[in-house]
Amino acid sequence: MNDVFDMPSYLEHSFLGLVGLHLREALVPVLAGLVLALPLAQLCVRFRWLYPPVLWVTTVLYAIPSLAFFVVLIDYTGLSELTVMIPLAVYSLVVLVPAIVDGVRSVPQETLAAATAMGLGPVRRYLQVQLPIAAPAILAGLRVAAVSSISLVSVGMLIGNEGALGNMLDAGLKYNQPRLVWLSVISTAVLAILVDALLIVLRMWVTPWMPRGGGRGARTVLAKGAAR
Amino acid sequence: MNILDFADAFFSDSAHWHGYDGIPVRLGEHIQYTLMALGIAAAIGLPVGLLTGHTGRGGNVLALIATSGRALPSFGLMVLMFILLGLGMAPVMIPLVVLAVPPILVTTNEAMRSLDPAPVDAARGMGMGEAQVLFRVEVPTALPLILSGLRSAAIQIVSTATIAAYVSFGGLGRYIVDGLYQRDYEKVVGGATLVAGLAVATLLVFWAVARLAVSRGVRRPG
Repeated sequence: MNDVFDMPSYLEHSFLGLVGLHLREALVPVLAGLVLALPLAQLCVRFRWLYPPVLWVTTVLYAIPSLAFFVVLIDYTGLSELTVMIPLAVYSLVVLVPAIVDGVRSVPQETLAAATAMGLGPVRRYLQVQLPIAAPAILAGLRVAAVSSISLVSVGMLIGNEGALGNMLDAGLKYNQPRLVWLSVISTAVLAILVDALLIVLRMWVTPWMPRGGGRGARTVLAKGAAR
Repeated sequence: MNILDFADAFFSDSAHWHGYDGIPVRLGEHIQYTLMALGIAAAIGLPVGLLTGHTGRGGNVLALIATSGRALPSFGLMVLMFILLGLGMAPVMIPLVVLAVPPILVTTNEAMRSLDPAPVDAARGMGMGEAQVLFRVEVPTALPLILSGLRSAAIQIVSTATIAAYVSFGGLGRYIVDGLYQRDYEKVVGGATLVAGLAVATLLVFWAVARLAVSRGVRRPG
């Protein structure tokens, strides 16, 4: 009998190695998406006319199925991790831009006026007032992006075993080892739930003034995220 | 050769337009999977979302369902269902429905709860019964958001039905998966183009439905 966590050697990783790989393939794109989304969202807040076309483009980009996105990139980035990570970064960007724009726009005009009256310049006002107030919305967006990213990495298996935990699915089918398929599904789901929980904790930590347990604002963003 | 050349080669080969593995058949299969899964998911998600939204209860439970629905890896679930149930419609439909119910359910619920309470109270004041309030006031007003939930469910189904090809099902994903195995990049790119096209077409269908179905008084800018 096999041990539950034994891996076929061609996967080239131990179970924990696959977990680490999975986290990297899923979360680095989310971070990249966040880094790109912040300035883009700020532009959309600044220049209102920019937001509707940006929203259109992102909706269409988000509609493109991951597998199609992966295989089109093969021509440019080969069968590599990058081929999986670029589409995931784009999906994260698409989820995060509206979340950030809505969050930053929800800052009341009086608050901004008060910040200006206190002598804050535009940069400090953005960093010290707008971003913290938008934090719950941004983190709700991050939760959606991170969880779906973790789920989508598995699809990378189809383009030459770039799916981290998803690679176990192929191994399970090939060698008739249902254990590996179960392990892949359960560990991916657990990973997603843990990361989600971690982001909830992070939200409580960065917004100590908010009531605990989500609140209506976060739920609205989650519903919108689900609607995307 | 770049992507466009590959796509051009794929679509200009007349062999790809006929027979069992032809584009019309594969497209038909893909649309059939999508409609079936969306229908089942809507039959589950819409009534529950409308009722919980109407009564204003169960928001936290729904948020939990939404999170756990997203956390389940749909691709893995599909492979798992395939080894448990074998060939058949169920191993494709179960993951697709599991994937599609949360966005429909949560968005419908949120759409109902975020309604302006004034017209709803006015409707009650006019003597409408609960069913009338629901179907003549709340649903028409909440329709844009409800449709956006259905739209995102449809998009995710189109995307995930592609992956069903890996566990031997039809649909447009066949070209991508077979093409990858056969190292026939032309086929891969052709399949990817078709899937992306179908996804964008789905967006357009929902946009058109929203134009037709949403009352002009409710239509929001953008």
